[in-house]
Parts: sequence; structure tokens; C-alpha cells
Amino acid sequence: MANATGVAEVEIRDTRLKSIMAFHGKASELQEFSRQLKKPAADRCFTQCSDCAQMCAGTVTNHVRGSAVVYHSPMGCFANTPVQNEATYNAALARGLEPFDVRSVCSNISEKDTIYGGLKKLRDAVKLAYDRFVPTCIFIQSSCAAGIVGDDIESVADEMAEELGIPIVPVFCEGFKSKAWSTGFDAGYHGILRKIAQKPEKRQKDLVNIFNFLGTDTFTPMLAKIGLRPNYLVPLADLETLRTMTEAACSTEVCETLGTYITTVLEEEFGVPKVHAPSPYGIKWTDEWYREIARLTGKTDIVEKVIEEEHKRIQPELDELKKELAGLKVYIYAGDSYAHNLGSLVHDLGVEIVGMTTLHHDMKIDGEDAQHSTLQEMIDVAGDIEEFTVCNKQPYEVIKHLKKVKPDFMIVRHMNMTILAAKLGIPSIFEGEINVSAGYDGLLLTGRRIKDLIKAKKILATLAEYNEFPYTDWWLDQEENYI
Amino acid sequence: MSTIIQEAKFTCALGAQQSVLGIPGAVPVIHAGPGCSQRQFSYLSVGSGYQGEGYTGGGQIPCTNSSQSEVVFGGEKKLAKLLDATYKVMKGDLYVVLSGCTAGIVGDDVKQVTYDHSTKEHPTVGVDTSGFRGNNYKGHNIVIEGIIDQLLEEAQPNVRKGLVNVFSVVPFQDPYWRGDLEEIKRILEGLGLEVNILFGYGSKGVSEWYDIPNAELNIVLSPWVGLGAAKLCERRFGTPYLHNPVLPVGLKDTSAFLRKVAETLSLDREKTEDFIKSEERRYKQYFVSMGDVLSDYAPYLPYDLYLIDDSAYGLGTARFCTNELGMIPQAFFDIDVPPATAKELIQASLEEIDEAWKDKLIDEPDNAIIRKAVEQRIAIRQTKSLIFGSSWDKDLAERTDNILIFHSAPITDNVILNKTYVGYNGGLNLMQDIYSGVFNRKKVSNLTHGETERERNTYGTAKTGGSN
Repeated sequence: MANATGVAEVEIRDTRLKSIMAFHGKASELQEFSRQLKKPAADRCFTQCSDCAQMCAGTVTNHVRGSAVVYHSPMGCFANTPVQNEATYNAALARGLEPFDVRSVCSNISEKDTIYGGLKKLRDAVKLAYDRFVPTCIFIQSSCAAGIVGDDIESVADEMAEELGIPIVPVFCEGFKSKAWSTGFDAGYHGILRKIAQKPEKRQKDLVNIFNFLGTDTFTPMLAKIGLRPNYLVPLADLETLRTMTEAACSTEVCETLGTYITTVLEEEFGVPKVHAPSPYGIKWTDEWYREIARLTGKTDIVEKVIEEEHKRIQPELDELKKELAGLKVYIYAGDSYAHNLGSLVHDLGVEIVGMTTLHHDMKIDGEDAQHSTLQEMIDVAGDIEEFTVCNKQPYEVIKHLKKVKPDFMIVRHMNMTILAAKLGIPSIFEGEINVSAGYDGLLLTGRRIKDLIKAKKILATLAEYNEFPYTDWWLDQEENYI
Repeated sequence: MSTIIQEAKFTCALGAQQSVLGIPGAVPVIHAGPGCSQRQFSYLSVGSGYQGEGYTGGGQIPCTNSSQSEVVFGGEKKLAKLLDATYKVMKGDLYVVLSGCTAGIVGDDVKQVTYDHSTKEHPTVGVDTSGFRGNNYKGHNIVIEGIIDQLLEEAQPNVRKGLVNVFSVVPFQDPYWRGDLEEIKRILEGLGLEVNILFGYGSKGVSEWYDIPNAELNIVLSPWVGLGAAKLCERRFGTPYLHNPVLPVGLKDTSAFLRKVAETLSLDREKTEDFIKSEERRYKQYFVSMGDVLSDYAPYLPYDLYLIDDSAYGLGTARFCTNELGMIPQAFFDIDVPPATAKELIQASLEEIDEAWKDKLIDEPDNAIIRKAVEQRIAIRQTKSLIFGSSWDKDLAERTDNILIFHSAPITDNVILNKTYVGYNGGLNLMQDIYSGVFNRKKVSNLTHGETERERNTYGTAKTGGSN
């Protein structure tokens, strides 16, 4: 990725990372396809609504403290804001920070704007956001309508940055451009790297960049054990934190799908080393993560003792949990990489993984070789998974896998997807907040959550009894998993 | 009225996918980018009182998830393939294709594609709901007119006496639409009518839509939404329509509405009055039972009225609150961007009840601007106020120590099932919720006139029945 920040738009994952949307087989088989960069299966003919890059770009850019966001779009693209507002507010509280609201406006592109261009409206919207919120910086989210019409957002951003004297960051996250919605993460980061991040003037030797979602403060106690501090990015951080993230000792992430683009560019163009270890989910991955961070920060001398003590500390409760959870079967529906993290995590609780669906799969990874993909790392710790699929939500397909493997519970990380399990009477952990599951304590917490979760079985059995699915018998009887 | 919007009160025309979901047995098929359908779900289902995906909604909705190649080469082929597959996979009595911005800009002819695909077994219609065409109120109109236009293309009316169609609230955008439609159907059935309510759990589904041409009368309960559909039916099937801009709330407007329907259809007067009388008798007893609260706490009740609502809900509720509850009009912020003719209707209807409504109707779709205006007015008035609003207004209500009724989207603070705020039952529900606010002392105090905390506590014992 030489000179990634030298171009206006980041290359979409479809071509950069060879992202795929369809696969069914064993986890190890997918890993083999990935190694050979061979597309394993044809695309679907019948698809249910997916999600788009703009949503993921929003998870990066919409929660920067002090910032404002301008959606250059019709009102529909703006429709997540009430739900996002709740999330930002509550997440700030959960992290122990002063809560704040999302500060965004929509240029509300109309039919006329699609004919004559919407740049005047965009300028007005940026100016309004500036006047109303007095922000430290402004993100401009593009949209399908703006992208197809060809509005030159970059020029407006540059002109207005000069006029207003604050960074104005164009985010090219048009939904139609990429089939992998995770491309939106990259689009958000790309804008930040180009327009905000500064060349480092110094190194903060104890500072670790943690690329995460809106999550709780799990990493302060974890890193304190080896004398380090987390630098949470990007949600809830302020402009100064984004500017100076280039001074950190190293960068890591809670999910490779979320973070590897920016951690790789930070390494290649700003000299911030990337932590080449899987995210800290499950015991072995947490051990490796600690060791790798320690190596990069000169803490190798103390890290082994910390790991040993931590193992000892959690063992009694872990033993209890394993006893209680023995025999339970889980299906994981998340990711790409976060599903693998969960695989590593639940394996340590002694729960059997009977199936896994990842919402897409990157056959290549930014800054990492296939041998160290999270998929391979998961297979290494948790074993192969027989019933492994890749699909971008598609409940009509996943229902078949669930009916076949009959899990006791699911762990799901995508909104509006737990309901599928619920309609079959299967309880789920909606893994909306993922920092809490990290580290040794995250393992215990996950175990406790599963214990309680199972109690939902009765009410969901009622739901399953009353529910009717909209799928035809023909479809449910078909051998194929998708058409 | 602002065009740039900070706090949204609606989504885009594609939001009408939720209207299709409101018809039992109908399946929306989205021809748009990959994230569009999810946004509608987020705002109109999660953000409108956690209404859920239901039978065919949420992630289950078929979608072309249009990408680069559809934008460059056109997406009609992909849509055609999706439709063929949808018939195989998804059960449906009616399939409605809704196109989004990508298809709209590149000029895909969805109507033609659906026309070519529609069969008796899989009736299919197609409409252009590109987001840039307007909000989801407009989208709702596009959908209902599109269904009538295309599904009933060859239908011949065979009028059945006593059958009426109802066009009223917008499913999901009205967070209480399910309960509201059940109540409207109930009261019309009370007159002995057969009702095609068209949406919701009380609807027989698509068969009601086939039955539309046979109605004796179309009833439009809204200042403008649904009016185009009624006019279309008049042109197409010769069905007369009754345009009642007031969505009736409470006793007076509901009874007046029922009498108007009865009169239009020349229903038996005695039977009509019997039904109205029995409803009113029940309602009045409930109202009187509120009397103790109304009189005991008279100095502490809210009297200043602010509405942040769409045309239909706002007008009906404003009339109820001024006509029956004696509230003092402060402002009605109409959020749905109504056409000019509707504005005149609303203004006239409000002033008919109370002249104080003059100059109090304001068109404004940005809740951020509305909030500021309400807060400024409250600061001047210093009177306990009642705000009909949404989750956007929660902080305002708490900060200014006033009562908020979650009345319009977005609502992320309550789970809503079969509640109604229209008709006789809606009036009672409103009273229950408004005056419960007086006792919600965690959020609303009774320190309206400069009472101290101590006096409030004394007053609190009065509330629990002590005499002092």
C-alpha cells in the first residue's frame, strides 16, 4: 500500500483485499481458497438487503468529540441518526466520559440537485454545521446520489477548510461502490489519515493506539498491568487525539476487519509499529497480544509474570464456568474477523462451535500474510469448523444452517440479525459492544453472560411457537444453501 | 422552513417499504444500493418504538443491493433475476418493487420490469421511490397510488353497499399506527360498515386491496396523505370520497366524524346514534373519573400546548387538546412538508376550534430548530406545558420541567405495541398519559409557581390522601 494517503479514495476491499460474499464448507477449506486467492463460489441470485459502506464509515467518523458530520445525501441515508445518537451518548457514559450528542446535518439532496448538482447545498450545509455546532472539524459523508451525479466533494471540502480554518474531511463511502460494507471503515480512516493525522513530532512510549468501536474502558486496566496506556480511536476521541495518534508506541485493534487498514498505513507512512498478533480474545490470543505489545514497548521483562498471574487469577472461576457451560453448542454470526475472535473466545469456555457465518471474508489482509489471518489463527486454537459460511446477512440462507446444526445459543454481531435465531427459539448474545469481551476478564464475562442468556429460552420458545416464516416450503426443502 | 436538516422527523421516499410491510401478505422488493433498506428499518422500526421486523421486514427484505455494474450498465436485468428468485423463495400475495436513488438516477424502468413479470400467481407492481424524490409521506402516497394504478389496472367496480376503504395514517412513521387503525376500523364497524382498513393486523391483507374498487365510499382521514389515492379511485372506479382532514381524537371529533360518514352514506340514523351514544356513555364515565385529578391538581396541570407532529396527528390532537382539554395553543410545528392546500385546511380547522390558533401553525421539518423555538417560548411563558414530541425532545422536557408525550418518530425510549391515540380510545389513552405526567416526579416537578421543595413534599402527602 505504498503512498496510500496520496490518493483521494482508498481502493475498495473487493479488489484490494479480494473480499468475497459467498462460501459454504469447512473453515479450513476457506482458508485454502484464501491462500490461493481463489473465489470459492458464485454470487447469489436471490439476495436480501445487505448494508453499505456509509454505515461503517459512520461508525468511524460520527462519534468524534467536538466534530460535526455533514451527510451529503437524501434523507434516507441520514436515517440512522436517532439510533446513533442513543449509542454515542450511552457509550460515552459507559467509558466514563462526558456524554455528548451526535452533531450532524443532512444536505437533503432533492431531485433538482441530482440534475443541476448539489454542491451549493453541500456548501450551505457545511456552513450551517460550522455556525450551529462550532466544531473542531467536519466530516462530509458522500452518498450514492452524490457519487453518481459526480458532485466534487473534495474541492468543496478543501475550499471550505481554507475559508473556515478547520479540517474538513471528505469521506467517500458511496454504498454502491463496494459489496463489502467494511470498505466504509477504510473510507473513514482514509479521510482522517489524509486530512487530520500529523507527522509525529515525538513518540509517546507508553501509548497504545486501540482501534475500537463505541466501547467501554476495558483496556486501561489491561495495559496498566504492563505500564502502558490505551489511546482509544476513533469513536469518542477528539481532534487532538486523532492528530497525535501518530505519536503512539504501537497500534492494535479489537477486530482486524475494523482496524488493519489504518494500523498498516500508520506503520508504513507514520512509523507507528503495528501489533502483529490477533486481538485479545480468548486466553491464547490475549497472551500473544500482551507479548507482542510488550516486545514493541520494551516491556518483555515484566510481561510473562503478568500473564502467569492473570491465568492464575481467572482459573477458579473459569473452571466453574466451564463446568456449567459444558455441552452447550454455539453458532457464531459476525465478522469477518470478529467471528474468528469469538471462536477463539468461546473455545476457551469449553463451548462447542457447531457453526459460523461471517458477514463477508477478506481473502487478503492489510499488512499481514495469509498464514496469520485471523481465520487461520482461529483454526489453530479452536480447531476446524465443519459448518462454515460466508454471507452478508441473508437470513433465508442462515436459517438453513441453524435448523441443521441446532445450536443452544448464538453470538451475533450485527443489528437486526439476532431475531432470526429468536424466531427459532434460540437465544443470542447481541455482541454490540465488544470491548467487554476482550482480555482475560472478557472471557469470564462472556461465560457469565451465556449462563444468564440460556434463561431466555422459555420466552423465545413462545415466540417460536407464534412465529411464521415468510419462506416457501420449496425453498426450505432445497438442498442448496442459496440461489 | 429549512431544507438542511439536523434532527430528522422522517426518512426518504424509500421509507415506504414499511408501508408495504404494513399490508399483510405483501412483500417489498428493493431495487437500490445495499444499505438503503436497512436505514429505513433503523428509523421507522427501531426508531419508531421498536416495532420489530415482523413477518417479512428487516433483514429479510429482498434487495438487488445495487453495485457499480448496475450503476454503469443499468440494473433492470439484475432486478428481473431477483424477482424470479423472489417468487421461488418468499411467500407473498403481492410484490411491490421500490427503487432507490441508484436506479432512479441511472433511469431503470422498474414499472416496465414489474409489468413484464407480474402474473396472476405473483402479482407485482413497481414504483419509483428514489430518496431524492421526497420524504416517506410522499413515498407512502407513491406506493398506494402505484398499487391501485397497477394492481387494479383491469378491475371493474362491483359496488357493495356498506363497504368503505380507509386511507389514513402512514404505517411505522406513525409509531401507533397498528393501534390507531384497529380503533378506526372498530368505530366504523360500529356503524355497521364493512371496512377495508388496508394496513395492519386487522386487515385481511392483499384481498382488501383487490376489493378497493367495490367500495361505496373512500374515506381519507388526513389533510393530504391518501387524498391522491382517493382521487385516483374516483377517476378510475367512480368511487366518491369523503375527505375528513381531521384524524379524530376524543369524543367530539370522533362522534362528528361518524355522523359525517353516516350522513354521506345515508345510514340509518337511529342505529348510528345508538352506537355513538353507547361509545359516548362509556367515554364520559372515564372522563368524569379523571375529575378528581383534574380538580385536586388544577394549579399543577399543563395548559400550554406545543405539538411537534405531522399534519394528520397534529391537527387531530391539537383539536382534541383545545376542544376537550382546554389547553392554550402555543405552537403546532408541522413536520411532514405538506402541500399549500393542506396547510390552508389545517389552519382553518384549528381556528374553527379556537381563534388562538391564528399564526401558531409553523412548517418546519428540522426538530433542532423546533426545539429551540419551543424552549424560547417556554422561557417566556413560565407555565406548565405539554409537549407532543419525540425522543429528540426528551432533554428539553426534562430541562424545562414539562410533560412530554412521545407522539411522533423517532421514539427510542418506549416499546410500542397496540396502543392508539386516535378515536374514542385514543382520547382516553392521551388523557391517561398526559395527566400521569403530573405524577412522574422523577422527571416533572410541581414547582411551577415558585413552591419550595418542602411545600412540594407537603403537597405530596396531599397526593397520597392526607388532609392538611
